[in-house]
Amino acid sequence: MYRILREILKNGIKTEPEPSPDSSLRVSEPMDAEMLDVLGKSLAIRHVDAGSCNGCELELHALNNPYYRLEGLGIHFVASPRHADLLLVTGPVTKHMEAALKRTYEAMPEPRLVVALGDCGRNGGIFCKKQNYACRGGVSGAIPVDVEVPGCPPDPEAILQGIISAFRA
Amino acid sequence: MDFQGSVKTDCIAPIWTVEAEGEDWINIAGSCREQGGRLVSIWGSEAGEGFFVQAAYVFPEGMLIARHPAVEGQYASLSDLFPCAGRMQRAVYDMLGIDHGGADKRPWLSHGMGPSFPLRKNPLPDQVLSEKDYPFVAVEGEGVHEVAVGPVHAGIIEPGHFRFQVVGEKVLRLEERLGYKHKGIEKQFEGMTVQEGAGLAGRISGDSTVAYSWTYAMAVESVCGVKPPERASFLRGLFLERERIANHLADLGALGNDAGFAFGLSQFSSLREDILRLNKQIFGHRLLMDLVVPGGVSRDLDMDAKRRIFEECEIMERRVRDLREIYMDHTGLQDRFLTTGRIAPELAAKLGLAGLAGRASRNAVDLRVDHPYSPYDRLEVVMATHHGGDVAARVSVRFDEIAESLRLTGLMLENLPEGQISCELPRMSGCGAGWVEGFRGEIVVFLEIEKGRVRRAHAHDPSWQNWPALEFAVIGNIVPDFPLINKSFNLSYSGHDL
Repeated sequence: MYRILREILKNGIKTEPEPSPDSSLRVSEPMDAEMLDVLGKSLAIRHVDAGSCNGCELELHALNNPYYRLEGLGIHFVASPRHADLLLVTGPVTKHMEAALKRTYEAMPEPRLVVALGDCGRNGGIFCKKQNYACRGGVSGAIPVDVEVPGCPPDPEAILQGIISAFRA
Repeated sequence: MDFQGSVKTDCIAPIWTVEAEGEDWINIAGSCREQGGRLVSIWGSEAGEGFFVQAAYVFPEGMLIARHPAVEGQYASLSDLFPCAGRMQRAVYDMLGIDHGGADKRPWLSHGMGPSFPLRKNPLPDQVLSEKDYPFVAVEGEGVHEVAVGPVHAGIIEPGHFRFQVVGEKVLRLEERLGYKHKGIEKQFEGMTVQEGAGLAGRISGDSTVAYSWTYAMAVESVCGVKPPERASFLRGLFLERERIANHLADLGALGNDAGFAFGLSQFSSLREDILRLNKQIFGHRLLMDLVVPGGVSRDLDMDAKRRIFEECEIMERRVRDLREIYMDHTGLQDRFLTTGRIAPELAAKLGLAGLAGRASRNAVDLRVDHPYSPYDRLEVVMATHHGGDVAARVSVRFDEIAESLRLTGLMLENLPEGQISCELPRMSGCGAGWVEGFRGEIVVFLEIEKGRVRRAHAHDPSWQNWPALEFAVIGNIVPDFPLINKSFNLSYSGHDL
């Protein structure tokens, strides 16, 4: 126990301030401000990987490390879409994941927000530079999207900014 | 490995090719099994009027790639000799419609939602199957029930489907269904210039981007008959070891967390973040994507960057050692790790368990040690192995490998040669292969290039060997231990589904 506490003390507090929202990331009309404010007080996120290379997932994991004040902002990842306010989607949306993605979206209670993550989530990225028999080529082809975060993969800070931009003006 | 007509390629790794007609196809496989070799990958291709199937084996001397004409679209199955061949052969059928003659005719990568046989020059039209068309093996008996998990899992994780047959909490059987991430990568490669292909290769599996782009670059270089400058080889080695360290740190943190020890996740994920941030500052990308390119590397290193990496290694070495002691002395953690998800060495050998998981089950295979090429030929890499085969063994191998990779990083920085970091590539045609030890295990990329453009690309991830083994590892364990066991293997979905 002593050693565990010593490590915690030695490592100190890493937490950094969060980025400010960027309205240019929005691709939809924002919903009612009062409603967004309620969602933003405690935001539950469900993540779906719709065929990414796993790079975006690595950065999502990083977002949960002590450098980023995720829980402090009231943001947390949940296991069920039924508990989620925001759907975070990565990948170019493979045909094999399209049905699962749509069902996850439909299982969420309204009002709901969708963030498409990375270049693949925006338009299929490197996998859809030309016609691809296996991919839809972006999240907005399958479900309505509110915010798009570019990057391959986007840094954790950019991801956090995208999430914040979904509920804060 | 004395087969008639075998030819050594120009690859920096020891790779031979051979045309295996008729009975030679099965004889080579048999001879490989007898000599204690392993099957790495099987893939198909269409050339001229016919189809070919290729298999890559590893013999004590190096890798042998056998090419066999699929007469009337058929060839003999290798799955009796090498169990891992089964799914790869099913994938070859899905992609090209070449029949493997094995018993299991179920599709594997195809979910019946796109064109049939997409890698053919003329694919057949769409065939839409319903989800009910994939028969899982069910266990019957009193109290047995089925638990279906995925493709959308509970955490931040790639998609795949797991079908458990359980009695109470105990797993009787697990069957995997993968392919959800199939994004037509091999087809996308077709027609790309070798430079464009490098970007795609680096995104086959994001956590192994250095390993894949190096393997791809090696394949291109072997076609072109060039060797990258020494400085570029050392920088590639440096990137690859940083990738290994970062991935192992993430896994160790997540394994602690999966056993209820959140402290481990905070500590290890902070260390990982430190590495990724330094990557960004020095090399411009946190995960080191697009740094390894055909002909060399795209970013160099100055004296100041060298010093910062040295300093980081020193801190990292000490902190990981302290955390290891905490992990080892923590009874609660060890109680979850020990004997969980065990693959005994005998079974590991039979299944061809690859890479890190293999080494944790006494399958002493590490390309950096067995067939070292630049820079590893001057580093005397020490292989980490363990006989336990359980989660604890895979944790232990990760700790050992971090320490070794930190040592190698120091050595590579100290001995970093001066000179160019890339060289010109002539526009050539031909076949080539690359072979690199990624953090998970050995990665192979096979390329056919025509006048500087990719005609056929095949990429192999060690997860092909290890996914079937995971089904054995969970037998007799309790369902709640599955996430822990799965994490201890940390297999790639994207690299497997292609």
